[in-house]
Amino acid sequence: MTTLAATTNESLAQISNVLIYSAMAVYTLAFFAYIAEWTFGSRSKVARTAAALTSGKDAAEPAAAAPAVTVKKAGGTTVLERPEVVVRSSGTSRADVPDGPGAHGGDEQGDLYGRIAVSLTVLGFLLSFGGVLTRALSVQRAPWGNMYEFNITFTTVAVGVYLALLAFRRNVRWMGLPLVTAVLLDLGVAVTWLYTDSDQLVPALHSYWLYIHVSTAILCGAVFYVAAVSTILYLFRDSYENKLATGGTPGRFATSVMERLPAANSLDKFAYRVNAAVFPLWTFTIIAGAIWAGDAWGRYWGWDPKETWSFITWIAYACYLHARATAGWKGRKAAYLALLAFGCWLFNYYGVNIFVSGSKHSYAGVE
Amino acid sequence: MSETTTEPTSEAGDTEAHARLSTAPVEESGSTAVPGSFGGRRAPGPWGWITWTAREITGWARWFWRQLTSMRTALLLLLLLSLAAIPGSLIPQNGVDPMKVEQFREERTTLTPLYDALGMFDVYSSVWFSAIYILLFVSLIGCIVPRTWQFVGQLRGRPPGAPKRLDRMPAYTTWRTAGQPEEVREAALGVLRKRRFRAHTVGDAVAAEKGYLRELGNLAFHLALIVMLIAFGWGELYKSEGNKLIVEGDGFANTPVQYDDMRSGSLFSNDDLEPFSFDLDDFRATYAQSGPNRGTPRTYEAELTYREGVDGTEKKKVVEVNKPLEIGGTKVYLTSHGYAPVVTVRDGKGEVVFSQPVPMLPIDQNITSQGAVKVLDGYRNPQGEEEQLGFSTVFVPTFAGKGSGTMFSQFPALEFPVLAVAGYHGSLGVDSGILQNVYQLDDRKMKQFKDENGDTLRKMLLPGESMELPGGAGSITFEKEIKEWANFQVVRQPAGGWALTGAIAAIAGLSGSLFIQRRRVWVRATAGEDGVTVVEMAGLGRSESARLPQELGELVGLVHDRAPTAPDAAPDPDAAPDPDAAPDPDADGPDSKGPDADGPDPEGRDADGPDPDSDPADSPVPSPEGADK
Ligand code: HEM
Repeated sequence: MTTLAATTNESLAQISNVLIYSAMAVYTLAFFAYIAEWTFGSRSKVARTAAALTSGKDAAEPAAAAPAVTVKKAGGTTVLERPEVVVRSSGTSRADVPDGPGAHGGDEQGDLYGRIAVSLTVLGFLLSFGGVLTRALSVQRAPWGNMYEFNITFTTVAVGVYLALLAFRRNVRWMGLPLVTAVLLDLGVAVTWLYTDSDQLVPALHSYWLYIHVSTAILCGAVFYVAAVSTILYLFRDSYENKLATGGTPGRFATSVMERLPAANSLDKFAYRVNAAVFPLWTFTIIAGAIWAGDAWGRYWGWDPKETWSFITWIAYACYLHARATAGWKGRKAAYLALLAFGCWLFNYYGVNIFVSGSKHSYAGVE
Repeated sequence: MSETTTEPTSEAGDTEAHARLSTAPVEESGSTAVPGSFGGRRAPGPWGWITWTAREITGWARWFWRQLTSMRTALLLLLLLSLAAIPGSLIPQNGVDPMKVEQFREERTTLTPLYDALGMFDVYSSVWFSAIYILLFVSLIGCIVPRTWQFVGQLRGRPPGAPKRLDRMPAYTTWRTAGQPEEVREAALGVLRKRRFRAHTVGDAVAAEKGYLRELGNLAFHLALIVMLIAFGWGELYKSEGNKLIVEGDGFANTPVQYDDMRSGSLFSNDDLEPFSFDLDDFRATYAQSGPNRGTPRTYEAELTYREGVDGTEKKKVVEVNKPLEIGGTKVYLTSHGYAPVVTVRDGKGEVVFSQPVPMLPIDQNITSQGAVKVLDGYRNPQGEEEQLGFSTVFVPTFAGKGSGTMFSQFPALEFPVLAVAGYHGSLGVDSGILQNVYQLDDRKMKQFKDENGDTLRKMLLPGESMELPGGAGSITFEKEIKEWANFQVVRQPAGGWALTGAIAAIAGLSGSLFIQRRRVWVRATAGEDGVTVVEMAGLGRSESARLPQELGELVGLVHDRAPTAPDAAPDPDAAPDPDAAPDPDADGPDSKGPDADGPDPEGRDADGPDPDSDPADSPVPSPEGADK
């Protein structure tokens, strides 16, 4: 009986591996499609940023002050039409810099490749989702028992977050290339160095808190990652805009790439919102972990390296939120904080498992 | 940070109208706190000296307090705290793994004194770490208290009246209607109240506000942090934690003497120990029988009979790794297990001098174990002298060294148990006062038994087999019965419930503070020059948000339904600003002084905290406005 179960499990595990490798292959194709999108997009010559920033300068002169107003005209002349709300963008002059058109740069062929890339990403996502699922079936538990399983789940969720944002019509396609690149690297690391044969859990991991704590941790990580990509691009785009605003001429490559990204202001806001939205969940993750630790090891907080780094990560993100909310540390300084916080998260995820020995979270057994 | 400076001079102004949308502290400009000069000259004489000194001291104290409770300091302290937590995760800690600390001390003799001086082995209870978080929490309290009063004031007060120029608000609209201004205001009041705005009429306009939960959530969150810290600190001070190894069939009563080792917080007293006792009836472990991870544990179960109080009724409970036994505030955890082979030692006359299970310490995943059998008294050697016997032992549940003779186990369950023994006689050195490791033999004062060739006498025994000691010195038997032992950690950490309550409140408060937007809406209705009523509606949030115009749009729809656009009013752009031309900053002078200059209420002090306008902080959920511009 056990042998029969064991063989079905092993073949499921085998299927899981095949699916993960297929997902990698498809992501690789998606990677090239994104590259093609960027390449074709470079044919376009959009330079709206410079225009906006220069006109912004004009606006700074009182005489020519063009109010930052978006007027939505009431449709037609129907008198009984409901009055339209006028939105007044009251930020800095930067708030009015238009977003770039995206990687394809308005180029039709580029756009086509972009769409192909997204379709391939969806396919890759489905394959890796299947890989995670069959892995879970083969071990008959949540697929989060070791680093390999964390990684395949993590990449699946990260791509899932990206696709969900796309599905909700958020303008995030520009993130495709950096995302798929990271996903490929991560999967590569997973299959070459972290691979662990499918197996059941050691007793210390038998708890429903495993499902709660680990699943939210993985989701938080994926969302933090998306925000970090946006933050990095914000820093580049911000320097680009600064250069334009001070009358400099950025290089051709920089111009070509940066013009197609959203405005610095939009990137910054996007990153902030994503980080802020997931911060309560991250808080919950840590608390769930503490409750679990209380059940498993008799103390809810013991400054174990993993716990300590979760705490550090949490404090770092709290710093970032404070900086944004009140302390006037906006813009680049806050962005550096956000990256620092993500760095802490990464270290907690990989570094602690790899470099710091003696963590109770090494999943070796009961101690 | 000049733009975040408040202007105390405008205090006298229309405070209500400019009441802040957030009670977030406003950064001090610093000019009020020039070190050393707190005004006034030192008058001659001792009285002058006293008043001067008092002024100087209070001045400094206030300056220090203001610095400490400023947002920038809080940020810095937060950063410092996260930095300070790092070394403890990289250097072994006494509180986490004392063995590792010892090892580190032996290997790094140069670093150790330095680390000792810096408290690097006890980072989380070190002076500098404590200093940072205590400062942070003092700062937090200093931050919360005034904000709470401010918030209570806002709750008691009413939403501030409409600013003069509504068309300068982030979201604005206007239309002309046939109704009377009073009717329009009445309708607007109804609409807003129905939408759960706090609304009232001030002059020619209705003022409304909503989203107080944001502030409440924020205060609750920061308060919850304090509760959590106090609960954690309390728990640490009063906690007790100890280990007890129990062989199947044995028991434990919760008194200090029964623990193998015990640690407790500095305010703990022995009376705090919960009275209870338990016996280990049975221990069961199962392991993966096949597959790549053959031998990894699957389940551990310890079957206990326990009694609450001094002699309560007996109850049963199966304790597993994640399922402790809970008695009052004390939890009993299963932490490790191993084997305790029953060993019998006889003297030369064949009389039993020792017969009991001997717990062995596992040294690998497959429970290859080491131990020591110590016969402390009751043994006399063939010469009739009293002597102590000792045996160093290695036990394997599943022998793998067949043929090679090495003792290691290849599976953690009892499939082919073998016990290897080597015997000693002499003094065990137990009386010398030095704490002895129960699993190791101190052979400094002992002589080995030798075989006829003069080699060390050792033997591998199967269950039921014995080893004869030379010269009629007796024998040692590895009995067929092999018991298991389990180690229990008995922990009592009070205030855990408080910590959990604080944690839940923190998450709730945090969500409120991040996801709820505080916003104001004004509806002004005035008679225009031609007698037709002009309605103006405007919204102001703490930040530029996609949801604010949308919400205003909905409200406009509702108000408009009750006060529809006047049919065919004579076009009169001067009297009724039409959306296309509405906000005209020039009318009010240059509009280029940066974000605050074109803020929500240009006149008077900046009402909304540091930097309300360019603050995108409020709607964290990605919205079209965020990336879809
Ligand atoms: C343990 C330390 C602290 C943590 C973890 C923490 C965390 C947070 C978080 C996550 C927020 C939400 C940010 C947002 O609204 O976007 C926040 C807001 C805030 N914190 Fe803290 N905080 C801490 C200490 C302090 C201290 C010491 C102060 C006082 C100086 C303070 C003052 C504030 C204020 C005024 C806000 C609200 C800003 C607003 O109105 O939006 N916090 N805090």
